[in-house]
Amino acid sequence: MNTDELFVLLPLIALTTGTILAMLIAAFARRHASVSRMTAVTLLITLGCIALVAGEVPRGVTPLIIVDGFGLLFSSVLVSASFAICLMAYPYWQVRNIAREEFYILLLIGTLGAVVLVMSRHMVSLLLGLEILGVSLFAMAAYSTRLRQQDTLEHNREQADQALEAGLKYLVLSALASALLLFGMALIYLETGSMEFAAAPVSADGSTTLVFYAGSALLLVGIAFKLSLVPFHLWTPDVYQGAPAPVTTFVATLSKGAIFAVALRYFVTSESLANPAIFSGIAFVAALSMLAGNWLALFQQDLKRLLAYSSIAHLGYLMIAFLALQTQSTQFAVEASSVYIITYIVTSLVAFGIITLLSSKNETGAKEVTDLKHYHGLFWRHPLLATGLTVSLLSLAGIPLTLGFIGKFYLLSAGAESQQWWLVGTLIVGSAIGLFYYLRVITTLFKTGASKEPQWEPGRLYASTTAILTVLTVNVLVFGIFPQPLLATVQWLSASLTAL
Amino acid sequence: MILVFLILLLFAGGVVAWLVESINPKLPRWIALLSVSTALIMLVQLGPQFSVTTLEAGSTQTWNLLLIAPWIPRFGIQFIFAADSLSYLMLLLTAVLGLVAVGSAWSEIKQRVGFFYFNLLWVLAGVVGIFTAMDMFLFFFFWEVMLIPMFFIIAIWGHENRTYAAIKFFIFTQVSGLLMLLAIIVMAILQARHTGTLTFNYFDWLQNSSDGILSPAVNGYLMLGFFIAFAVKLPSFPFHTWLPDAHTQAPTAGSVILAGVLLKTGAYGLLRFVLPLFPQASVEFAPIAMTLGVISIIYGASMAFGQQDIKRLIAYSSISHMGFITLAIFAATTVALQGAVMTMLAHGLSSAALFAMAGAIQHRLHSRNFADMGGLWQSAPRFGACMMFFCLAALGLPGLANFVGEFLVLIGSFSTNPVLVSIAALGMIAAPIYALMVVQKIFHGAPKPGLKLDELNLRESSMLGLLIVLTIYLGFFPQSVLDLLEPLLLTTAHSTGIVL
Repeated sequence: MNTDELFVLLPLIALTTGTILAMLIAAFARRHASVSRMTAVTLLITLGCIALVAGEVPRGVTPLIIVDGFGLLFSSVLVSASFAICLMAYPYWQVRNIAREEFYILLLIGTLGAVVLVMSRHMVSLLLGLEILGVSLFAMAAYSTRLRQQDTLEHNREQADQALEAGLKYLVLSALASALLLFGMALIYLETGSMEFAAAPVSADGSTTLVFYAGSALLLVGIAFKLSLVPFHLWTPDVYQGAPAPVTTFVATLSKGAIFAVALRYFVTSESLANPAIFSGIAFVAALSMLAGNWLALFQQDLKRLLAYSSIAHLGYLMIAFLALQTQSTQFAVEASSVYIITYIVTSLVAFGIITLLSSKNETGAKEVTDLKHYHGLFWRHPLLATGLTVSLLSLAGIPLTLGFIGKFYLLSAGAESQQWWLVGTLIVGSAIGLFYYLRVITTLFKTGASKEPQWEPGRLYASTTAILTVLTVNVLVFGIFPQPLLATVQWLSASLTAL
Repeated sequence: MILVFLILLLFAGGVVAWLVESINPKLPRWIALLSVSTALIMLVQLGPQFSVTTLEAGSTQTWNLLLIAPWIPRFGIQFIFAADSLSYLMLLLTAVLGLVAVGSAWSEIKQRVGFFYFNLLWVLAGVVGIFTAMDMFLFFFFWEVMLIPMFFIIAIWGHENRTYAAIKFFIFTQVSGLLMLLAIIVMAILQARHTGTLTFNYFDWLQNSSDGILSPAVNGYLMLGFFIAFAVKLPSFPFHTWLPDAHTQAPTAGSVILAGVLLKTGAYGLLRFVLPLFPQASVEFAPIAMTLGVISIIYGASMAFGQQDIKRLIAYSSISHMGFITLAIFAATTVALQGAVMTMLAHGLSSAALFAMAGAIQHRLHSRNFADMGGLWQSAPRFGACMMFFCLAALGLPGLANFVGEFLVLIGSFSTNPVLVSIAALGMIAAPIYALMVVQKIFHGAPKPGLKLDELNLRESSMLGLLIVLTIYLGFFPQSVLDLLEPLLLTTAHSTGIVL
């Protein structure tokens, strides 16, 4: 490893150093504000490093890591998302009477895992990233469990139990997914003799064997678990609901974004999608996710649960662009998937950010404000918060003026370009069902007349939290109306993936 | 530039109206009145540019006020605004009915006034965008943008069943809109495969369409995508079910805009896009579309007759009148198209007036049910006379605008399909039955003890007076409008190969 290679690793180095420093602060100068600030600064420095190395790419570092435009694009998105989560989490933990400092360390480690994932080009780094991400994630999901020991309030204990359940569910199912993934890797290794993504199967007559595709299929199942595609989605609603709101944000944005990015890289580089059985398998899973996700979301009274099902549907939509990889227009498919997942991440940050903010009040104890009836008439009490939530829901529904519409436009284009008429049709049906529950939430926000429920107020508004939420909401709108800068950036950076 | 200014004026007016509410809740309506009347004055001043003499002098150039600016170069999407005589007439109608809407909301809306006028002005801005956008993506953008404020108008200020009606309205329009978006995208991609450049420019599309670069089968499917979106908006049987609910539940101003302007966007879409872009496919599809039109005429009329709710009755009568438009557009002779545009204008004026009066009755009597009315002529003769006038207009009394429209529709369409037109003519018999029933049930009969209707006040009288003058003017001097449309509709009719 020479200096050049070391230089392009700067983002990872900065992130790791920051994590260690935060850990030391948590150990010796324990204060919520210090650790939280250290985390935010680390993430900002990492972003700076990403900008710094942007001129030096693409460059492979060891067989494990490649730092290229695509990797940097996703790293910057994920690190920014992590930064937003860090700012949103501060008021949330501030009102909760437990040791808060370690959460930030877990957040940084999880971010590290995500960044490793999007830069990996080898099965080993893939697994490494996945486990760094997963292990920190289940610890975070169960973070509120500590409330149980210190609080006697009934709803706090309930919350703590739910968090524990979320953590355990994620642990078990994620371990299962990792096992499947590993087995798939082993089968692929058996055929190709290499752990690199680009490895092609070598057989005597030059044809690709069943074992290779079986391996790819298992790999896909593992990824589908993590992306919560139907029928591997069962953990999603419980984890979304039970985990503390900032952690749910993390699952919805960083975790899904990173895993999707690495899946994209793997399937662009390898030839796994070439098998028609695998192709139609993914198409089936995609259609099922769109329909089941949207359908089940209809019946939810809990906003976090509702968004969990909606995320299942959205990942299903995303598979349309993913499947378009197999056609001639791979370049466009990569661009479309990248744009869509980025729009989804930004939009989810806004939605969950507002839930987090509303759940950050002393009087509520650990109870989160997620029940729909608590949002009754929010617009007339807190117009800005409700506007933010409305904008994000409209964006999720893919209505123009928002970023979500640009994403949907890309998906439809990718679907039309690759002529997947059935999936495009399913998308339209899915969106129709989806509209119904998004509108239901929006009408709740705008309901007039007094509600029987107690009125929930947001906690103290910190300038940093307000600023980040405003910036994100404005981004959803501005890039929804003038998307060109975003599209040009994504087009430019994601080109590196197919240039190989 | 002036068109963009017009749209921005309404958008900005909406924002200002919302903001000034905190100063004085009476201010927003003045702001709304000011912006809509400024828009109207600007439009009237533009009139000479669209007059016949200038058109003849400038040969075939029928487009005015063209503005082209880049928007999303990644997809060849541009800001293209332009207006021809059809757009201009629709814009005038929008501005006049905008005034009527502000007038009907004046004393009816007492809650959350600022936000109401914000939504009202944004709907109008969206509609102006629809009538002037000449880039397909931009058109779709406005098509959807207009939905959100309309949704809020129904969902927040509507009557007893508002949430249901609002969601139904939104889902119908949005899902059919997605089909259109898909058709737009597919068409752009297919054209790009032939010509090498991706563009959403309407004028380029017209050129490509006349060059016949797409196969007839593909054109048929694409046409269907557009047709469904416009038929839902129009609405044509069997896509009409959202309309009675939305019209009935919306506040008066909302009903005025819905019936007067929003329905016309569907007809405008058929005239502007379906016929010129898919001439051949439209001719092949014409028997089905015309049959749907005739079913709408008869079905709407007979349903109207069975209603007990005055707003529901007017809503069903709108379906019937819109059926004439579908019939005429797909008959596609010059005379029929002139009749279609005339009916659009006439129905816009008369239905807006009827809804304004229905709203005024509901505001005074707190009921829309005929059973609660009767014998009101004595207490409000001027009100009764106005109602009588517009019912006569709606039933097609010679000398009033609606008669001219429907008469031209029947004459113009007869040569294309005599059987269907003969059945459609029955609609003109059905119309007097339900229209006169309105007057009879509300104003005639023995007065109920203690039941009194307050007479029209100055604001209402002047509003209705304006509409009466316009209806009579169009009825006696239709030639001025027909001349304006002649060159445009001749080209449209030519493209389908049918000229009469």
